Amino acid sequence: MKPTLSHRHSPAQYVSYVVGFILSIVTTVLAYYLVVNEVWPKEMLIYVVMGIAVVQLVVQLVFFLHLGRGSRWKLLTFWFALLVVLVVVVGSLWIMHNLDYNMMNMSPDQMEQYMVENEGI
Amino acid sequence: MSRAEEEVANQEKKTLGFWIYLMTDCVLFAALFATFAVLRGNTAGGPSGLEIFDLPFVLVETMLLLTSSFTIGMALLGSVRGYHKQTIFWLIATFALGVAFLSMELYEFNMLVAEGNSWQQSGFLSAYFTLVGAHGLHIAVGLLWMAVLLIRLVHFKFRKTDINRLALLGLFWHFLDVVWIFIFTIVYLVGGMA
Amino acid sequence: MQDFLQMVFGRLTPQDFVHEPIMAGAGIGMVLALLAAFAGLTIFKKWGWLWRNWITALDPKKIGIMYIVVAVIMLLRGFADALLLRAQQATNGSAELLNSDHFQQIFSAHGSIMIFFVGMGLIFGLFNLIVPSQIGSRDVAFPFLNSVSFWLFTAGMILINMPMVVGEFSTAGWLAYPPLSGLEYSPGVGVDYWIWSLQVAGIGSMLSGINFFVTIIKMRAPGMTLLKMPIFTWSVLTSVSLIMFAFPILTVTLALLSLDRTLGMHFFTSMAGGNPMMYVNLIWAWGHPEVYILVLPAFGVFSEVVATFSKKKLFGYTSMVIALIAIAVLSFTVWLHHFFTMGAGADVNTFFGIMTMVIAIPTGVKVFNWIFTMYRGRVEFKTPMLWFMGFIVTFTLGGLAGVMMSVPAVDFQFHNSLFLVAHFHTMIVGGVLFGTFAAITYWFPKFAGFTLNEKLGKIAFWFWIVGFMVAFIPLYILGFMGATRRLDHYDPSMGWQGLFIVAGFGVVLIGIGVFFQVLQLVYSIWKRNENRVGNDPWGGRTLEWAMHTPPPEYNFAVIPTVTNRDEYWELKKKKKTLKEPEYEDIWLPKNSAAGAIVGLFALIFGGAIIWHMWWLMVIGLVGVVVTLIIRLTNDEPDYKLSAAKVAKHELKFKEKTV
Repeated sequence: MKPTLSHRHSPAQYVSYVVGFILSIVTTVLAYYLVVNEVWPKEMLIYVVMGIAVVQLVVQLVFFLHLGRGSRWKLLTFWFALLVVLVVVVGSLWIMHNLDYNMMNMSPDQMEQYMVENEGI
Repeated sequence: MSRAEEEVANQEKKTLGFWIYLMTDCVLFAALFATFAVLRGNTAGGPSGLEIFDLPFVLVETMLLLTSSFTIGMALLGSVRGYHKQTIFWLIATFALGVAFLSMELYEFNMLVAEGNSWQQSGFLSAYFTLVGAHGLHIAVGLLWMAVLLIRLVHFKFRKTDINRLALLGLFWHFLDVVWIFIFTIVYLVGGMA
Repeated sequence: MQDFLQMVFGRLTPQDFVHEPIMAGAGIGMVLALLAAFAGLTIFKKWGWLWRNWITALDPKKIGIMYIVVAVIMLLRGFADALLLRAQQATNGSAELLNSDHFQQIFSAHGSIMIFFVGMGLIFGLFNLIVPSQIGSRDVAFPFLNSVSFWLFTAGMILINMPMVVGEFSTAGWLAYPPLSGLEYSPGVGVDYWIWSLQVAGIGSMLSGINFFVTIIKMRAPGMTLLKMPIFTWSVLTSVSLIMFAFPILTVTLALLSLDRTLGMHFFTSMAGGNPMMYVNLIWAWGHPEVYILVLPAFGVFSEVVATFSKKKLFGYTSMVIALIAIAVLSFTVWLHHFFTMGAGADVNTFFGIMTMVIAIPTGVKVFNWIFTMYRGRVEFKTPMLWFMGFIVTFTLGGLAGVMMSVPAVDFQFHNSLFLVAHFHTMIVGGVLFGTFAAITYWFPKFAGFTLNEKLGKIAFWFWIVGFMVAFIPLYILGFMGATRRLDHYDPSMGWQGLFIVAGFGVVLIGIGVFFQVLQLVYSIWKRNENRVGNDPWGGRTLEWAMHTPPPEYNFAVIPTVTNRDEYWELKKKKKTLKEPEYEDIWLPKNSAAGAIVGLFALIFGGAIIWHMWWLMVIGLVGVVVTLIIRLTNDEPDYKLSAAKVAKHELKFKEKTV
């Protein structure tokens, strides 16, 4: 099959992939470098690295997955999925952290041992 | 609707349907990530991430997977523009990179188990092996799909139906790369911090 | 020799086929019924018919009927479980009906079957039957996937019934919390049966969710914008949006539990860093959306029924749509109310308590809109409308109980009491089950060509509603007084046995209601020639009523162009008929055995893991993968119904009505 003439000489889509690829590598190496060389204290570093990951997510969504072009249903389902992901992850972390705190950060076996030793159960 | 219009509508349905499946997979991985995040400190006296992760090794894995996302993009472009030989070349390159990635990952798992740090040791390790393993399983399925498509593309000389299937594989492969970014960041970078 | 047997049969031993009397009786009964069915098919030479018309069918109308048949059979099984539970509690253990272990297996089976195989089965049946024609389409977006979903559902159904014959079932309730469901406290096959039955069926559900979402988004008739869609289709759209994004959480949670049990991992164990509370958190993050998945389509059914039998358009269509969407989104923000007592702090409990109260608001909007639809309408109290009235009373009662429990401090009193049990039965039976009964009595004539007997239907309804109240109001009272759920007997000095006996009597009344439903079906089929109806027996408003009765495989010979909401009603008002059409070739999917084969291999896979027959598990897995690859690389799955054939078919319908 002969290459379709209309697309043959359009470089735009190739450029999209190359740019996306380069940006992805840059963000990956940047995050790696920051962590391995302990550029900032841990708490701050966690946020920075997560932020870089989100940047790379956007890069890949736009340059590789072409989100935003084409069907609006892809975008809508993406937003709903993102909402559910955030609710599940953030919600679970909040709830479990809360529960762990009230369980004095012990596992059930540890709690049992604590109760036997300290409360005469 | 004419048959030709129906074919186009059909492909649109399949693309949307497959995209939505990928969105459900996002939620699947979110649940696995949430579990990992909750159990990250539950090392049961065993080692934490800092002690067992080899960051340079993982950086190489990440580069392999990233590059494979680029090569499959090239293959996709070639397929819709009619460049058959280039498509096959880029697809084989993607396959090779994927196999390399998976081999490195299996090697890493093997080392951990040999050192006595298997999934049976602690909640943290169970969560680690399951999250990273689930991603690896998806990669394996992708490679199987890729192999079947490679054979079909060559044997049936680039039928439209197979080109459409390649487009969906491309989506799948890119999605797996996105998930890996988060595994790399959350499991290895954050988990491997001092 | 011993090693070889262990490798082949895993942990299966002859002892696993031995059960105590009631269970053995049930198992033998089930096997005999199956044998009778096989014998019947053989004697009447119907295997070919079964294979061609049902097993390999990709027509969603056929698949829908199969879902409903399986769901109804499971309803009878779940109801039998309920009878045993009520009998045990009414006699307070003195009749020594069930020992504790058996009692626990029964309530676990009862809940799991009702939710996963009755509830999900009934709604998927309705989706398949009604949605394509309501949107003016011929099929769903992915007909083959539809078949796979049904057969995965059936494989799950078989797995959950197998314990009656071989092995045992879980004793950990319908949600199997660890550590009880972990390896240490449930080392047998019971929990594994539970896990794999739900896992297989759950994947089918999720795939169906995607299928119907794409169907509704992409396959509506020309001119049918989203806000011109029938309200039932809107309810399906919101329900499947929930299915798509909630079921992956279930898949993960079940997988993690099975990894704990099969590969010795430590997600939910009490030692080595496991956290059993995480299971509760995850399973309810799925579990709460699940109950809305079940009830939203019921709301949709009632919207259609109320409008049709009030001869008036639905009041507040737009606010109904917004309410559906609001409920769907909010349903992801309330799940902690299922474990207020697990130990979270006041801030967490308060947030989820408030969100739970908020979600009651859009539901209230819907109730008022239904009532406003009836106001100034010419209401006909046919059977579907009676089920709606029953729903309003029952669901509101249960909803009030729910709002009480949304206050964390109050919930600390009611958690895991019979008050809770009464609440959720009121919601699911009053909502989902009554909605399904309304749907079946409403849409049956469309697909069968004759009506169900009205009188028997009304009698069945009255036994159901009175029986339900008599069965569950005592449970509200008992819960109020502190009775804990899932106990097979209570201290006689509490003085509670009287109420349990009343509840037992209520269940008997429900049983009579079920009997009348079965009688109604049998009698109506027997008298069908006296009850024939055309395509529009109730004065319907939406497009499915425009199809011929019974509908041809292609639904509409010519896809209609839509200009209004309640399109069929508008067409009738203007006395328009679909004008003499130009028939075109219609492409329909060919029959395919691949769906059933995937289901069979999934069944083998699940069963093999349960019994630790690893070689068989591999066969099951490979079978699924290979079948899918073969089918998914098939480039010619459709066949053509030529325009001439369509014309001939349509002529037959015209001849019938003339």
